[in-house]
Amino acid sequence: MDNIMDRIPILKMGQFLLVTIQVDMYDRLAMALQDDLTTKIVEHNSKGVLIDISSLEMVDSFIGRMLGSVASMSRMLDAVTVVVGMQPAVAITMVELGLSLSGVRTALNVEQGMSVLNGLVAHEVEGADYDSEE
Amino acid sequence: MILKSETLELREDNAVVRVRQRARALAIEIGLGLVDQTKIVTATSELARNTVDYGGGGTATLDVINEGNRRGLKLTFSDQGPGIENIDLALTDGYTTGGGLGLGLSGSRRLVNDFSIDSTPGIGTTVSITRWI
Repeated sequence: MDNIMDRIPILKMGQFLLVTIQVDMYDRLAMALQDDLTTKIVEHNSKGVLIDISSLEMVDSFIGRMLGSVASMSRMLDAVTVVVGMQPAVAITMVELGLSLSGVRTALNVEQGMSVLNGLVAHEVEGADYDSEE
Repeated sequence: MILKSETLELREDNAVVRVRQRARALAIEIGLGLVDQTKIVTATSELARNTVDYGGGGTATLDVINEGNRRGLKLTFSDQGPGIENIDLALTDGYTTGGGLGLGLSGSRRLVNDFSIDSTPGIGTTVSITRWI
């Protein structure tokens, strides 16, 4: 059991999950995160996932694909994923590489990402169950 | 002219991280700007992964080079794997034999100034990339 360090921590904050990627990602770590997130969404009945990639100095096609997969999988599990904090140089490079992250919601930082999630969840509840209070 | 050279083993996905970190350090050392650093490091990640996943492992050689009055960072990825049958097809966006996005080779080529690939089926593959300052 020496793989305790081989996991990116996932924090539960109310109805959301929060992930801050602070290590240089290798492929098995990315796959483990994808598995862990989908498991935790179901376990905690989470409505949103916020992934902070501000410490990532590059996003290659493998990490890009993982982010896209997490967004798709969470959608199927009734949760929204927002990726926040992408560095400008990373965005430029990803587009030239050919990665568009289509289908992945983004926000500039954690704070804005949380308000996107709160807005989406509030809107959903309002639309589904309640009359508008405004 | 090669000013500095180092060769790293590429056997498993942890090694990809090490090669990426050395590429970043050398890119900073020769004075590449942040966007150019990110481009060559991202291309490095793609090609190093190819060496591990498709080539069955190999080596990455990182050279700081000088040509006239310009300096550059050149990376060469070599494996003795199965080789690539059709290089033109392998360089097409979206083509993959491994279930990925098919952007590794084609995308890396867009991120660097010089790109060359030499592959012989049954012998192996060598890919070189250079980013000039």
